[in-house]
Amino acid sequence: MHTTDWLQLALFVGLLTLITKPIGLYLCQVLDADGKTWLDPILKPLERITYALMGVKREQEQGWKQYTVSMLLFSLIGVVFTYAILRCQYYLPLNPQGFVGLSDHLAFNTAISFVNTNWQSYGGESTMSYFSQMVALTIHNFTSAATGIAIAAALVRGISRASTSTLGNFWVDMVRTTYYLLLPLCTVFAVFLMSQGIIQNFKPYDKATLVEPMKVSVPKVDKDSKPVLDKDGKPVMEEQTVTEQTIVQGPVASQIAIKMLGTNGGGYVNANAAHPFENPTPLSNFLQMLSIFAIGSGLTYYLGRMTKNQAHGWSVWSAMMIMFLAGVLVCAHAEAAGNPIHHKLGLAVADGNMEGKEVRFGIFNSALFATITTDASCGAVNAMHDSFTALGGLVPLFNIQLGEIVIGGVGAGLYGMLVFVVLAVFIAGLMVGRTPEYLGKKIQAFDVKMAMLSLLILCISILGFSAWALVSDWGQAGLNNAGPHGLSEILYAYSSATGNNGSAFAGLTANPTNGDPHYNVTLGFAMLIGRFLMIVPIMALAGSLGLKKIAPPSAGTFPVSGFTFTVLLIGTVVLIGALNFLPALALGPIVEHFLTAAGQLF
Amino acid sequence: MKELISDLRSAIVSTLVLALVCCGLYPLVIYGIGQVAFHDKANGSLVYDAKGNIIGSSLLAQGFTSDKYFIPRPSAAGTGYDATSSGGTNLGPTSKKLADAITQNVADYRKQNGLTADAPVPADAVTSSGSGLDPHISLKNAELQAPRVTKERKLAIEKVSELIKANTDKADLGILGESGVNVLKLNLALDALTH
Repeated sequence: MHTTDWLQLALFVGLLTLITKPIGLYLCQVLDADGKTWLDPILKPLERITYALMGVKREQEQGWKQYTVSMLLFSLIGVVFTYAILRCQYYLPLNPQGFVGLSDHLAFNTAISFVNTNWQSYGGESTMSYFSQMVALTIHNFTSAATGIAIAAALVRGISRASTSTLGNFWVDMVRTTYYLLLPLCTVFAVFLMSQGIIQNFKPYDKATLVEPMKVSVPKVDKDSKPVLDKDGKPVMEEQTVTEQTIVQGPVASQIAIKMLGTNGGGYVNANAAHPFENPTPLSNFLQMLSIFAIGSGLTYYLGRMTKNQAHGWSVWSAMMIMFLAGVLVCAHAEAAGNPIHHKLGLAVADGNMEGKEVRFGIFNSALFATITTDASCGAVNAMHDSFTALGGLVPLFNIQLGEIVIGGVGAGLYGMLVFVVLAVFIAGLMVGRTPEYLGKKIQAFDVKMAMLSLLILCISILGFSAWALVSDWGQAGLNNAGPHGLSEILYAYSSATGNNGSAFAGLTANPTNGDPHYNVTLGFAMLIGRFLMIVPIMALAGSLGLKKIAPPSAGTFPVSGFTFTVLLIGTVVLIGALNFLPALALGPIVEHFLTAAGQLF
Repeated sequence: MKELISDLRSAIVSTLVLALVCCGLYPLVIYGIGQVAFHDKANGSLVYDAKGNIIGSSLLAQGFTSDKYFIPRPSAAGTGYDATSSGGTNLGPTSKKLADAITQNVADYRKQNGLTADAPVPADAVTSSGSGLDPHISLKNAELQAPRVTKERKLAIEKVSELIKANTDKADLGILGESGVNVLKLNLALDALTH
């Protein structure tokens, strides 16, 4: 790494540290139904009207089951809403390119996907109308982020409250988070992004006359637009002259702001944040990275504040930061070292692996972005992970498999990490032979079962679906790369879908020309399982913890702050992740690393 | 059951209200601010010729092949530099297809720029970008192409170096990201010089 790389990393971590407390304090107000913010004069009336229309009583709290049912119903309605718009896109306004409605399985996949994952089976600029982008997809960018934060708040209330059966009101948490936190931040951020060159308009795509007409070779088609094949079955190519470039337009800035802040990650265009219209400058790139971590980092402060143990909040944050730094350093080192196969072909060794990366971001900012986007459940990409070196690509993949708990998705990262905290406390209790306690609450069989359930579900979905795809014709047909890299593509797809990340080893195509729906459907189910089958046990855990009494700390209490706790927490995360996924990783990126060194091609 | 129905009402109404606020009001406010405060940028940083026709966007690469122009990075977007089909090759480190493409690109680059058969080639010159529309090339890449363009256009090398410098986007705040030479802007500046 160069000196400037270290400086950028220091600037990033420094700024993140500085904003953690202010965001955390603000979250305390937002997630309190009676909280006061400086935006009250503008937003309070809107909040009141919204509750009145919804028929929600602000002061009425819900138990864990009711909270969960409200959340599930809300998500269901969101999916139906999006599915309907995508299918009817052609008949809806703001469609200057005249895009047709999506196929049923693609609409199904996308509607589910935008409940947090934002896996994209389509290329935005060639599929989605402005209306679909702005309404069908953006609504989920807001609501799924708000839902994640609400669930995290409910779990924190379960931990911090004693002998209570209520955990807050889902509707109030969701509405307040959207209005007081996400909307104001996004407005400021979107305006900044436009100042850097991100577009925001509703005009049809522009046609530019190329400065120098370009000759391209394309497959020849007959009059039924079927490709003409030669006697070996290969498509016949013909030369064409391209004189125009179609320049994509649309309301991008408003969508990118919430895409990053809400750790959604679904790009407006196919190339996502690698595209100059989504991420035009290194400065826009830097703030996009910071915005992925901003709210999640603030939530750890919120945890400390609510449990009246600020050191606990910072210890959890430190554990996250140590794992983050480890990931960045490995990934950046691997990408800077480059690919020995390509070096032999004549590439300058000092340039590193530039395949799939943009010049303005270079090696370091691509590696940093890849680590951040998979530490969180964001899934936006500013470089193509599929073209990373074997070890450089291993980092994002393993980050997702750990459960995206390194800062993590907004809300989802915190509740995911708290599951590991419960397990760490349980393991510590076993080691010293005492009943494990977490902040004065006894961790009992039910709590550990729920914690394990939420972890095992992820593991089964990732490895189960991957195994099925690997031994099936439809699974093999979607691959863009052969050899161990093909296995990595499949493993990455199901990890990303189950972990609700949404980034991809994008060579894998889920929409084969023969219309086989297996990928879209299985990935859709993986996303559903990863989101909701994880949340339900976590809500049960929150409910169970809320009912417990808080015992005063004694000499035998295991402290949940400080060095020992941080190390134990990291150990728990890495151990569980490694035990679950190392065998699969050994067959993918790890063996590929050695094959690259040996110069083996596929 | 009564609770479920009231929850269903809350779910439907909140979806509609939030759609109105977050997907109607919010993007329109951003649109209004953008059109007033950042008119050019919010409309795609378009570049026009003397007659007012759109000839590109300064943020998007377009293809150049002839010797008198600087050549952008290879593109995997559609059939090349197709702005409606952005993306990379997505080929991995052990891909034969990628290795073959790089071999070809390296040979072409060395031949076009008169380099020796063992001269190291800048990585960005022979690999495809993530978007396929990367508007930049590295400074090293531009310097290696400069003698060819200078000779073809019968210019002084100092003049071309000056233009390269003028069309380089520096790292933001001095440390963020990497410097890059904007190929479209550079080529247009060269054309403006000759006309």
